[in-house]
Amino acid sequence: MRAGRTFVLAVPWAWLLLFLAAPLAIVTLIAVAEPADGVPPYRLTWTLDNLRLVATDPLYRNALGLSLKVAAVSTLACLLAGYPMALAIARAPARWRETLLLAVMLPFWTGFLMRINAWIGLLRDDGWINTLLAWLGIGRLPLLYTDAAMYVGIVYTYLPFLVLPLYARLSRLDPELEHAAADLGAPPWRVFLRIILPLSLPGVWAGCALVFIPAVGEYVIPELLGGPQAQLVGRVLWGEFFQNRDWPTAASVAVLLLVVLLAVPALLVRALRR
Amino acid sequence: MTLQITGLAVRYGPVTALDRLDLTVATGELFVLLGGSGSGKTTLLRAIAGFVRPAEGRILLDGTDLAPLPPHRRPVNTMFQSYALFPHMTVAGNIGFGMRRRGASRAAIAARVAEMLTLVRLEGYAQRRPYQLSGGQQQRVALARSLAPNPRLLLLDEPLSALDRGLRSDTRGELVRLQRSLGTSFILVTHDQEEALTMADRLGVMQDGRLAQIGTPAEVYERPATRFVAEFLGAANILPGTVQADGSVDLPQLGVQVRTGRPATPGRILLALRPERLVVGDAGTPNRLSGVLAEQAYAGGTLTSTVRLADGTLIRTSQALRDGFGSVRLAIGGPVTLGWQPEACILLPPE
Repeated sequence: MRAGRTFVLAVPWAWLLLFLAAPLAIVTLIAVAEPADGVPPYRLTWTLDNLRLVATDPLYRNALGLSLKVAAVSTLACLLAGYPMALAIARAPARWRETLLLAVMLPFWTGFLMRINAWIGLLRDDGWINTLLAWLGIGRLPLLYTDAAMYVGIVYTYLPFLVLPLYARLSRLDPELEHAAADLGAPPWRVFLRIILPLSLPGVWAGCALVFIPAVGEYVIPELLGGPQAQLVGRVLWGEFFQNRDWPTAASVAVLLLVVLLAVPALLVRALRR
Repeated sequence: MTLQITGLAVRYGPVTALDRLDLTVATGELFVLLGGSGSGKTTLLRAIAGFVRPAEGRILLDGTDLAPLPPHRRPVNTMFQSYALFPHMTVAGNIGFGMRRRGASRAAIAARVAEMLTLVRLEGYAQRRPYQLSGGQQQRVALARSLAPNPRLLLLDEPLSALDRGLRSDTRGELVRLQRSLGTSFILVTHDQEEALTMADRLGVMQDGRLAQIGTPAEVYERPATRFVAEFLGAANILPGTVQADGSVDLPQLGVQVRTGRPATPGRILLALRPERLVVGDAGTPNRLSGVLAEQAYAGGTLTSTVRLADGTLIRTSQALRDGFGSVRLAIGGPVTLGWQPEACILLPPE
């Protein structure tokens, strides 16, 4: 019994150790190593120069700031688009709910890169949207490789991650609470603001975290849809790693990103507790 | 406040929940809707509150048709069966919620909340959260919350069903005293006949989306209009019979004539006898039946006896044990006489 239990618990612990703790340790080791010519392109030592560089150099700080801004705007856009969706699904007749949830998850059936490439097909200068605009007499617009295209891609990709936890929360709310609020004279907008919204906040935070955290480190979408000016932290990291072959600096950027991503929710939780 | 409901019908697809129902509730009245599950009593309450859209009929409150008003504009409040207390608000927040409707000032809301807390004896609980309260305390918060906006009519959906037995009968009396002192009209839904009889000014027995009978508790209990009402409100022994020209009732299968003590139209009827109006043993009553004692069940204060008549019909009786159990203990299987006064006869239309 005890041995079986130890074994069952050992599997997830081993998994976490192997695929979370070990890579983290390796990245941290490289972050405090010295760059070198050779294979691998670093020499193990103990220096904080790389971390100091990425924490102070405007290039990295700007990239990080831009990433946080893009992630925040994308999260807000996902929330504004996803909240009505989640609420509508939760309030839909029971026989429709599964179909609607399936529709939210349907994009996952296709590969991520395929879907981003589809957006390129829609947005490029001779793409479907511009063809339609030209046909309407509005004329072609530069859509691809802009910030707007990048935001569309991020919101499109991460929307389900916000809708699903929020739906789970909203569908569990007791409808009698809304009846009670209406019965006590609250018009629908007040029922939403005073009852539905506050009671759905745990779902809102969960959904926002699931969008915000991966969006900060997003590399593929800004690379494929965004313009060259969108130097997000993921692209900078990629550049250091593959173009400059500066592993210690790349690892330092990764460590900095991780610290910031851990600090943001921690600060948020503290602010909310107050 | 007068509530006037005429021809109210509610349908859920092919299911008729309310079937052209009429009801008038007067100012300051405590009206109880009694019915089994699925009889439509909760639907009626929800139609008055505005959560259910009637297919036909009108609901007039002091002459104003409620139909065009959404729930939040109706001068009616509901106390929900589940209480539906807002879990993210304090007791004070819950009770004060309905006060915003009139745009009452903070001070006015606080004063009203304090007043309601005193009314339901929960002073000192203002800052608690609903989950920190016992069931009985939650029930009182729900009551205070629904009364705080001073509704013209309060609808109570099974308000006592979530309480345990002892608390329920205490709360019953408390609720009636509260209703009397406030003068607010109450419509209370219950499936508990004792609750209905003890609390109601008038009560209505619901059956299949209709009101089978409306009257004071005594009227409905003593003179039920149909077999359903007789059996739903209290228990009844039903015997088929025929009213004779002289007003007596002939029970042909038993070969017995029964005096009813009042005139009746000749024809086929059902004779209903309440268990507690029957006397086991020969007490010299004008009406008598003989049979065999089939079963006795002792319940502390009362003794339930089942008597098998000549034709096999089982008659249930219930006697208060005034002089203790020994005085009425009889041998199972032995012959017994059942007696009752003419006034105990209830004549019901045949089915």
